Amino acid sequence: MNNLAERLRGAARWETGLALVVIAVLIAGSSASPHFLTGGNLFNVGLSNGEIAIMTLPLTLIVISGEIDLSVASILGMASALLGVLWKDGWPMPAVFITVAIVGLAAGAVNGLLVTRLGLPSLAVTIGTLALYRGIATILLGPNTVASFPTAYTNLGVNGVPGTGGDVTYSTLIFVVLAVIFGVVLHATTAGRSIYAMGASAEAAQFAGIRVKRIKTVLYMVSGLVCSLAGVLYTFRLNTAVQNNGLGLELDVVAIVLLAGVSIFGGKGTVIGVVLAVLAFAGIQNALFLTNFNQEASGIVTGALLLASVFVPNAARWLRYLPQKIRPRKISPQEIGPQET
Amino acid sequence: MRTTTPVKANGNAVTAAASAAENSRRAGRLAERVFRVRESGIVVVLAVFVAITAAIQPRFLNLSNIQFILIDTTVFALLALGETMVVISRNVDLSVGSVLGLSAYASSNLFGAHPGIPIPLVFAAGLGIGMACGVVNGTMVAVGKVPSLVVTLATLYIIRGIDILLFSGKQVVESELPGAFLDIPRSTIFGIPDLAIAIAVVIGAGAYYLRTYRSGRELYAIGSNPEAARLAGIPVGKRIFTAFAASGAIAGIAGVLWAAQYGTIDSSAGTGYELQVVSAVVVGGVAIFGGSGSVIGAALGALLLATITTALYVLGISPFWDQAIWGLLLILAIALDQTITIRLTSALRSRRTRHE
Repeated sequence: MNNLAERLRGAARWETGLALVVIAVLIAGSSASPHFLTGGNLFNVGLSNGEIAIMTLPLTLIVISGEIDLSVASILGMASALLGVLWKDGWPMPAVFITVAIVGLAAGAVNGLLVTRLGLPSLAVTIGTLALYRGIATILLGPNTVASFPTAYTNLGVNGVPGTGGDVTYSTLIFVVLAVIFGVVLHATTAGRSIYAMGASAEAAQFAGIRVKRIKTVLYMVSGLVCSLAGVLYTFRLNTAVQNNGLGLELDVVAIVLLAGVSIFGGKGTVIGVVLAVLAFAGIQNALFLTNFNQEASGIVTGALLLASVFVPNAARWLRYLPQKIRPRKISPQEIGPQET
Repeated sequence: MRTTTPVKANGNAVTAAASAAENSRRAGRLAERVFRVRESGIVVVLAVFVAITAAIQPRFLNLSNIQFILIDTTVFALLALGETMVVISRNVDLSVGSVLGLSAYASSNLFGAHPGIPIPLVFAAGLGIGMACGVVNGTMVAVGKVPSLVVTLATLYIIRGIDILLFSGKQVVESELPGAFLDIPRSTIFGIPDLAIAIAVVIGAGAYYLRTYRSGRELYAIGSNPEAARLAGIPVGKRIFTAFAASGAIAGIAGVLWAAQYGTIDSSAGTGYELQVVSAVVVGGVAIFGGSGSVIGAALGALLLATITTALYVLGISPFWDQAIWGLLLILAIALDQTITIRLTSALRSRRTRHE
């Protein structure tokens, strides 16, 4: 019980820290640029980070379960390429959506089956499928660009959600809805508890009767599906399907998840943390953009935050243990032994 | 293994024992052979690939093509050498592409800034820049005791960011570089590029070091079981630090070679190389969770990937197929390693039973 309370305190502290970072970013951003806290800017932030934010959610569950998925951005690219090719071939849009969703699920299933049924390390497998799925996108589209999507769909990337004054993008709305769903599943269902359990110890979870392999496979399939959705959003936002859509985004997605306090070794992390980390990441990128910082170099800040995410908890632990090390040990009378008289 | 143990219904103990002994002898042979089997496996795949390509398109085997493949391999084989040392110790270095980029620009820029600067000094600068990055990585992993995946993912961003902040929008062009520098990847002896020979020697030295020297063996021990290695008195932190410093230094040298090879350098050099290097290492049979694999295997992995790229080009297959084939090959290689590991484990287990 005591242990549980201790752990809850530790988790709360990390999320509190992140919330403070978000507040600091808001203050710094709004003092640096008068445009920072405007509705139009909110729209831009949502637009440029929507797909990344959406992809962090399934990855969070995968990392908590003790695995990793580096193929997320390649699934996004593959979905985008497929969308372009099928649309160019004259398929009706609903049929295109269903096909893209099925391919996303299949891509996730391949990851999941390789990891769970063949027992291969997920880091290596998903580096492989990172290349494979990007390769399929490249084969599908080659050097071509598809940019003739109907305006009814590309408007998704231009207009806000009605009733919000046009300041909230559809991708933001989808992220919020998904965050609620993932949050409920992770924190309030048996399946969610099972994910933590297998992340803490896959073997113990297995012996406790949790279907570790099945749940992990399902997580990868969900990731595939969500990433293909992100691919569709990405394509419509830019009104372009090219083979390198979303190239390299996996690093941003992983960085956000780790920044959120999700342990790379599994078993630890919250959806609230991920939402806060998304806000911090998006806020910093945007503040740097508005202050004319070299946009390409904004990775420095992402990297520094990532380092902070692993060093701050460690430093806190050192500080807690330090007094014990420094304080001189009391010597008990028994150790000195019976005194000669 | 296809051995069956015929224990007859009447329970002929002698037959069973003899067959068990035979079984374990085979297991022992298998265990000893298996450490060599991965390299020969890649050589076979490479040979089959070259044979098929050459049969369809004989000009694949002409001298300039082979030279091209070898030169293309050198940078990756070097990076794979450093990465192997890190991966064997159950870590990973994702920052190599960024280190290469920073070193490539900063070192080649010296030629413009200080005309007449001796070439070895430029290599030393590249080495120094790389080693500084490696020392930072190594300190954080070994002293800070944080996962290398996270640390090197962060330094991947930070080092690339520094590169962009310093050199964004600028370019080093071929005309600023001395001819002798640009000739480094181009000079040949008996048709073989000098550079490829030099790199092969370096890789051979690396392989000898890891196989023979105490500190090299200790990297394997750390990767197999870090806790056991610590209890056995191995200076785990020191060895891991050294591996990262070496990987950084090697990436720095690779950056200078990259500059010599391409001639035009901007702040984006080497972007995305980290995944290609990890691919080469894994295809080469180095276990991603440490403890097994060899530098020669990793270098052969780099050679195989470069050969595939060129072969597809020569065969007239669109280069758009490259990446998908790489990915498939990588997955096949991991699956193959897994099969070998499972068989080896069961073989070793049956050998151990005999000794009891």
